[in-house]
Amino acid sequence: MSDIYGEILLDHYRLPRNKGRLEHPTLSVEGVNPLCGDELTLDLEFDGQRLKDIRFSGKGCAISVASASMLTEALKGKTVEEIERWIGVFREFIRTGRAPDGVELGDLLALEGISKLPVRVKCATLPWSALEEAISRYRG
Amino acid sequence: MKTVEEIRRDFPILSLKVNGRPLVYLDNAASSQKPIQVLNAYCRFCESRYANVHRGVHTLAETATGDYEEARKTLADLVQADARGVVFTRGTTESINLVAQSYGRKFIKHGQAILMTPMEHHANLVPWQVLARAVGAELRFWPLNQDGTLDMVEGRKLLDARVAMVAVAHVSNVLGTINPVREIVEMAHRVGAKVLVDGAQAAPHMPVNLSEIGADFYAFSGHKMCGSTGIGVLYGRPEILEDMDPFMTGGEMIREVWLDHATWNEIPHKFEAGTPPITEAISIAAAARYLQEIGMDWIHAHDTMLTARAWELLAAEPGVTLYGPAGERGALVTFNVAGVHPHDLAALLDRDGIAIRAGHHCAQPLHRWLGVQATARASFYLYNTPEEVDALLEGVRAAKKVLQLV
Repeated sequence: MSDIYGEILLDHYRLPRNKGRLEHPTLSVEGVNPLCGDELTLDLEFDGQRLKDIRFSGKGCAISVASASMLTEALKGKTVEEIERWIGVFREFIRTGRAPDGVELGDLLALEGISKLPVRVKCATLPWSALEEAISRYRG
Repeated sequence: MKTVEEIRRDFPILSLKVNGRPLVYLDNAASSQKPIQVLNAYCRFCESRYANVHRGVHTLAETATGDYEEARKTLADLVQADARGVVFTRGTTESINLVAQSYGRKFIKHGQAILMTPMEHHANLVPWQVLARAVGAELRFWPLNQDGTLDMVEGRKLLDARVAMVAVAHVSNVLGTINPVREIVEMAHRVGAKVLVDGAQAAPHMPVNLSEIGADFYAFSGHKMCGSTGIGVLYGRPEILEDMDPFMTGGEMIREVWLDHATWNEIPHKFEAGTPPITEAISIAAAARYLQEIGMDWIHAHDTMLTARAWELLAAEPGVTLYGPAGERGALVTFNVAGVHPHDLAALLDRDGIAIRAGHHCAQPLHRWLGVQATARASFYLYNTPEEVDALLEGVRAAKKVLQLV
């Protein structure tokens, strides 16, 4: 198997960014990984169309925790439209293992080997699926 | 008597390298590997003896039918049961569903109870939930002791005359608990209840004597005992099978068919609608003969030695929590390592060629009882060695180093 447990991923697992709960979230969503029962909660605080703050909580494997940590880091401060674009980019990236042309993925690139580990794809996409639900609920 | 080295040479897949390392296959509770004797039996049957069974009168139809029925006798012999009670199914899951539907819908009535344990695999839980809802039966659960054994005192209190069925694992696929099924059958029969034993984790690993256990139903799978997937056994006491309605209907299971009705074939054929898994039956019979040649007593002793070693090594390792009883147990250890998610542990062990299982092992209610979402499980079989158990410990230590929070 390709080595998914690289330094960037492990760094996000050991020292996750934006971990915890928000005091006044606009909304909270939960995601469950049916493979292992891992649960993850995303708290989002919007200021109009902009995601002012985001935090995640719950227990998970290194891949789901790192993926959630990277998600919060990449999307804090983005607009709803930008976030929707990012969700599409991430899904494409996880499916193919390649970033779409002209997109800078940053730390998320650490997940590039996931496309070859079909069982673990659910771990990486867990926080993103929760985010997608949050956005669709926010848009109402 | 074969040595473990000789046994290993019978299994072609064991010489495989995974990620550049020799395969250490410790996922036997999920599925077992196949020896060359089983693969050859399958090939030889397809090359020279194959046709559909119980239909044609040509030469191959006769040889195939003979081999298929011989396979039934071999399996009956493995668990010391009457071959008329041996039904070939797709596996343990189908076997249990068959009983829940064909026995349950006819004989389990509104207001009666089905008694299970919290350690059941989903396959011995969900079919009974569905049945209970359909007929209006009550579900009861035999409490566990702290160590994951059945609380025989509290369980006895639940076993009253309203209980129609007791459904219990012979060996838990997570805790490794070996349940006292013979005693449970005696207790159940005293109040008039029937007993189904899920033998998926027992029949491949230890001598099973159904004439002694006395269970009304006993289920197990081919692929966990060195046979192929897609076949399993349901043993049912013949006099009970006689009274049950068919599970599925169609060809083979009928005696006579008119446009508007039909009558049923004799048991066990009444429960084998359509073309049965013929080549799989040849495979499971070859597997049963292979295991019997090695000896079920030897396999049980070998499994026990490996399991005790794994338990001892892991129990002494800081940060490791083990689940289930410490003493006599089935051929598996289930555990967690502090700070290491079981999926990460399994993925990191895989880098060293070590295959274990991580997750809830199709036993979510039991994991809730344990208070964890997931666990790691290493499970052993006749071809595993003490050195492989040691490799597991080394792998656990390496994973802790990689993942442990700083």
